[in-house]
Amino acid sequence: MNKLDDSILTNQYQLYGLVTLRVLIGWHFLYEGISKVINPYWSSAAYLLDSKWIFSGIANAIVSNPTLLTISDYVNMWGLTLVGFSLMLGLFSKQGSIGGIILIMMYYLFAPPLLGLEYGKPNEGSYLIVNKNLIEACALWIVYVFPTSNTIGLDRLMLKSSKN
Amino acid sequence: MSKENKKTNIERRELIKGLATVPVLGVFLVNVLRKIKRDAEKKANLLSNLIQEKSPPAAVKSLSNSKHLNLGVIGYGGRGAHLVRAAGFATKGWTDTASENAQKNKLNKQFETFMTQEDLNCSLVGVCDLFDNNAELGIDASKNEIRPGGAPKGTAVRYRTHEEMLANENIDGVIIATPDHWHSRITIDAAKAGKHVYCEKGMTRTFDEAIDVYDAIKKTGIVFQLGHQNRQVEANEKARQIYEQNLLGPVNLVELTTNRNSPWGAWYWGIHPDGNQKTIDWERFQMPSPNKLAWGDGKEALERFFRWRCWFDYGTGLSGDLLSHDFDTINQIMDIGIPKYVSSSGGIYHYKKENYPDLIGFDRDVPDVWNATFEYPDRDLTVLYSATLSSYNPRGNRIMGHDATMQMGGQSGGGSIHGFTVTADELSTQYKDRLENGIINPNYPIYTYSPGSKQIDGVTSATSRYFANKGLLYTYRDGKRVDPTHLHIKDWLDCIRSGDQPKCNVDVGLHEAVACAMATESYLTGKRIEWDPVNRKMI
Repeated sequence: MNKLDDSILTNQYQLYGLVTLRVLIGWHFLYEGISKVINPYWSSAAYLLDSKWIFSGIANAIVSNPTLLTISDYVNMWGLTLVGFSLMLGLFSKQGSIGGIILIMMYYLFAPPLLGLEYGKPNEGSYLIVNKNLIEACALWIVYVFPTSNTIGLDRLMLKSSKN
Repeated sequence: MSKENKKTNIERRELIKGLATVPVLGVFLVNVLRKIKRDAEKKANLLSNLIQEKSPPAAVKSLSNSKHLNLGVIGYGGRGAHLVRAAGFATKGWTDTASENAQKNKLNKQFETFMTQEDLNCSLVGVCDLFDNNAELGIDASKNEIRPGGAPKGTAVRYRTHEEMLANENIDGVIIATPDHWHSRITIDAAKAGKHVYCEKGMTRTFDEAIDVYDAIKKTGIVFQLGHQNRQVEANEKARQIYEQNLLGPVNLVELTTNRNSPWGAWYWGIHPDGNQKTIDWERFQMPSPNKLAWGDGKEALERFFRWRCWFDYGTGLSGDLLSHDFDTINQIMDIGIPKYVSSSGGIYHYKKENYPDLIGFDRDVPDVWNATFEYPDRDLTVLYSATLSSYNPRGNRIMGHDATMQMGGQSGGGSIHGFTVTADELSTQYKDRLENGIINPNYPIYTYSPGSKQIDGVTSATSRYFANKGLLYTYRDGKRVDPTHLHIKDWLDCIRSGDQPKCNVDVGLHEAVACAMATESYLTGKRIEWDPVNRKMI
């Protein structure tokens, strides 16, 4: 493990690749969040109502309770926005990637593309068990275990100022 | 290089690495702002911005506290029970089942909807039904304490005939949910007795009865509400605004449809095991029907009693049962009134005894596939109705304008809450410029109304289209789901208190009744029927 870590620190292309991955995922989260924040009609109800598999009961409970639904809406729109800022700027990126993994795994688990589950909403691609949510969650895992914000990102300055 | 310079250089490099990705945020924000601007430009060209009146219909002022009203129900079958529930009274069996269902499935809001209904400050004091079991259920509903507004004031009395009920001076109004062949007789008797009337659709079984009912209501001045609860549906009000502002352009064709595909949908309902000559007043049931049938072994009588919608002796089949809802909805949106000419045709093509030997004992005489054409030469308009009871391919209703088409729901059956979409015509004149420069895309709706989701604005995402078609019943906007039948009963009671005219009064009721009667007459005679408005006759 240490060896691999060292190699990353010495191999600039690997570092740039990881930073690019982090920034791109940040961009995606940030726009997903902001587009919901600025749309007064957006609600997580649409996604939750189409939920299948083990979490569909929880999804129904959220949708049927206006307070829970409002909480769910805010957690989503602001959660996505904050994770987006964090990854893009490299600020508290470790926490940001964990938050991102939690959000995106919820999207996956509330509506996984498993055999036998059919969804009302049309898919934009063809998926079997693995979909883009799962891959993005996995990519965030990489971002988490190979932290780059201490090298390129605001965390570097935070680290420095705390050392000083 | 001096030591200080070296330090500054290192600090600068630190700063550059720390802030390296900040410019990406700048690029992001510039693009987000461009996107917001572009969307705003696009949205300005969606119909939602063209619609002048954007607020939902104002909440009806509640008059429930002003006067307590005593009601009677005549005909406590399935529909009668629903109407009485809408007034605030449900049987113990119903509240138990609904509350159990709500516990099993959190999304089942039936019980919550009932319990959060406004208490309409009325009592159910009389029940009249020719089947003992139904009458007992009605009495049970009148005294069930599980209801909005707490324990009821008393228990209903059973009446064997509507005349006996109407003789009760304490009754202010009656809800009529009998088979159609009784509607006119009871309505006229009630009007003469000074009782206000809520009558289920279709208004009457025959043309002459419709004219008689109209005259009786006008003469006595009672408050009459016809049971088209679609009049309370917000989507229809929004559709009316769009039509009134000419956003569809000239409309020459309206298509109305019904699609059902089950024996239940074709009115083959269960024969109640307790139904027999002792529990059913068969002679009275068929009193106003043109053909009489002796009880005999009871087999045919029981089928006719519990499945009366299948025979012209008691109703008018698709005409008064299902077309009437869709016709009234279009009348609500477009004020079409009574047509000049009507022709119709159809047949019994699916529900024959030979196809369903275990289900059908005696053949029906109302058609199961039926089409009717309504001509309005003065309006340059044709209204087409097409119905089948053997295909559930929901076509919905369409108002087809030169500039845009409004597609309402994807399900038939009328009265329920559906969404609608408005899509521009690719050869429209009104939207020509916008179509040419790509601001309006004829493949996507320019307006979407889906009462189930939060989307009541012009949003053209895949999700909003999906919900418009699905027509979900929940709205969290107003905090709770409302049953339009409850609003319709409330409208009637409020008008009794205020002296105003309810939304489906006898003037618009007559349009539906005459249009449906003309269509039925055309089917039965095989001729095109003309309306003579001067002499109030069918030619």
